[in-house]
Amino acid sequence: MRPVNPNGSDTILAIEDLRQYFPIKAGLLQKTVAHVKAVDGVSFTVASGETVGLVGESGSGKTTIGRCIVRLYKPTDGSIHFSMTDGMVDIAQLNRNELQPIRRDIQMLFQDPNSSLNARMRIGDIIAEPLEIHGIGTREERRARVNKLLDQVGLGADMHNRFPHQLSGGQRQRVGVARALSIEPRLVVCDEPVSALDVSVQAQVLNLLADLQQELGLTYIFIAHDLSVVEYISDRVMVMYLGKLMETAPTRKIFERPTHPYTEALLNSIPKRVRGGHRKRFVLTGDIPSPVNPPSGCVFHTRCQYAKDICKTETPALRALPTDPQTQVACHLVEELSLQPYYTADELRNLEADHV
Amino acid sequence: MTNLGGDAGGGRWIRLFGRRKKNADPAARDEYQLMTVRQLMTRKFLRNRMALLSFIALVIIYLSTIFAGFVAPYSARSSDSKLTYSPPMTIRIRDPETGSFHLPFFYPLRGKRNMETFQLEYVEHREKRVPIQFFVKGEPYKALGIIEWDVHLFGSSDPEERLHIMGSDVRGRDLFSRIIFGGQVSLSVGIFGVMITIVVGSVIGTLSGYYGGVFDNVVQRLIETIRSFPQLPLWMALAAAIPPQWPPEWVYAGIVVVLAFINWTGLSREVRGLVLSLKERDYVHAAEASGASTARIVRKHLIPNMASHIIVTATLAVPVTILGESALSFLGIGVRPPMVSWGLLLNDAIKIQNIVLYPWTLFPGLFILVAVIAYNFLGDGLRDMVDPFAR
Repeated sequence: MRPVNPNGSDTILAIEDLRQYFPIKAGLLQKTVAHVKAVDGVSFTVASGETVGLVGESGSGKTTIGRCIVRLYKPTDGSIHFSMTDGMVDIAQLNRNELQPIRRDIQMLFQDPNSSLNARMRIGDIIAEPLEIHGIGTREERRARVNKLLDQVGLGADMHNRFPHQLSGGQRQRVGVARALSIEPRLVVCDEPVSALDVSVQAQVLNLLADLQQELGLTYIFIAHDLSVVEYISDRVMVMYLGKLMETAPTRKIFERPTHPYTEALLNSIPKRVRGGHRKRFVLTGDIPSPVNPPSGCVFHTRCQYAKDICKTETPALRALPTDPQTQVACHLVEELSLQPYYTADELRNLEADHV
Repeated sequence: MTNLGGDAGGGRWIRLFGRRKKNADPAARDEYQLMTVRQLMTRKFLRNRMALLSFIALVIIYLSTIFAGFVAPYSARSSDSKLTYSPPMTIRIRDPETGSFHLPFFYPLRGKRNMETFQLEYVEHREKRVPIQFFVKGEPYKALGIIEWDVHLFGSSDPEERLHIMGSDVRGRDLFSRIIFGGQVSLSVGIFGVMITIVVGSVIGTLSGYYGGVFDNVVQRLIETIRSFPQLPLWMALAAAIPPQWPPEWVYAGIVVVLAFINWTGLSREVRGLVLSLKERDYVHAAEASGASTARIVRKHLIPNMASHIIVTATLAVPVTILGESALSFLGIGVRPPMVSWGLLLNDAIKIQNIVLYPWTLFPGLFILVAVIAYNFLGDGLRDMVDPFAR
């Protein structure tokens, strides 16, 4: 697969055929009886400075990918090449000590700010923890750095001695952002950073993330299940289903012209009114199948309204569209289908007008 | 956020933390401050009257046993053969005949053999009024085991006439004094046993929860095996295995270990469960993603979040240990004379005949009851306290 670099800049992360299987143990001797195939052969690249949105239903494996990248999990198979000063390093199989320098460059932002901050620690200590772990600076220097970070994320220096329970949800997530940025990472994996927040606060945190990206030249992998959030912040969107990539395309293309039936279904699930009434929408029925025994062929065929016989037997590969190499899709029927876009022709015209 | 300033639903104790103003809305006047978790917890504890009362009661009991030589009028071994199984003596402030009031005094007892039942019967010797004195000079003792002193909190002003406020035993030893000295063993067994429980239980629980795998499997099966035995018979079997030729201090240490042997399993399971849940919290993941060492995660994230639960479990384990020691000593396989403990003292009441004739031999049971109940209330109060945000 060819790396897709929309800005023509350097690749910071290249993932090849990543697999993460979790064993299911049973019985007295805890024998492994099966595997949960959380991530099953995913490949993609991320360019330096871009924001990649990773979307999918719960159980699609998007969080697992994020945790593999920060190496909370050791991947079962595949490679994760990360760009260091001395070239690309495969971090998938590194041990604890070898990972230590790389951990300074990759950080994670967590979903629920209530559980991502230790209730027994003061805000200042929480933000300074990564600095302490990597032995950066003296106590005074760390304190100065924490104050600067608090200022950067829009919190006052008086937060230093507070405890997490004294802060609101939005403030807590800002603390999480400050902690992730404290050791100046180049790549931040954002695991649904706004989905636990009030809608009014979501925009503030998203704006903060966007501002910080410009200021510090960060690369984001932005995991979300809410497409409207992803549309706002991402340059490129990757759609996942049952541990596999279904489609990857620039954000505008996804909304203007989805090429995978699953993407269409996700877009359809966004509530929206057309000309004062409900729009015609179809809703995916049933649950996501078990990742222990994924369906044969195309994993989506059990819920796909366009599925044909070939979908049940043959697994479609992720391939670039001949007409548009930036869009990659894993569907046998791309050429035949004409899917419903999210925007109507009128809305698109309005959008274009806004951009000019 | 907790509003502190005014009288918003606060009890008497809230005044410890904030100014009290009448009819003021502190939030509107910007007169509020934020409480730390510790302040919230203290307030919650102080609001629980039973827990507070129990805490005070335990402090008094523990102080009395620590300064047993001072609090008890006699030593645990001083006896008076003329006053065997004497009933509790009445402390009076009023002369029963004239009705005049005096400082506290008692009438000494004189034993008389009942020739029909051959029982020794005691009657008050009304001719002699013996005043009860505070800070009276009496038998010498060593306070805290080092300072020689002979002043007692209270006692008979006449060394010839002994005062037994809770009666005496078969050799005429003062039961109250023996209870105070016995508390040294009974109450310290609880503390030391629980200390062993905390150390062993937390370490093993943390290891098996954090690392899992074969070690966890082996430990869990071991714990299940230990717990599948009924508690008391297992204690008895282990206590019986303590060699009889050991000196009493060794036997005491042996009993502590025997009691902790079962208790650690419960705590270890609890800690394991906590670790299993805490290690999946995002703040632990965040520390891991930053490259924190296991030692750091345990020290900074796991222990502070488990400490309160461990303290509560430990507090509730103390009465179990006290009861265990009492049971073993009562049955004669616990601590041995010349050591005294509440269970050993209760051994005098092992025969129904003794309970009928000398019901005061049950007094040690009352002390066990108070200590156990107080610990349970204290544990409940602490459990509420460690979750200060619950309403």
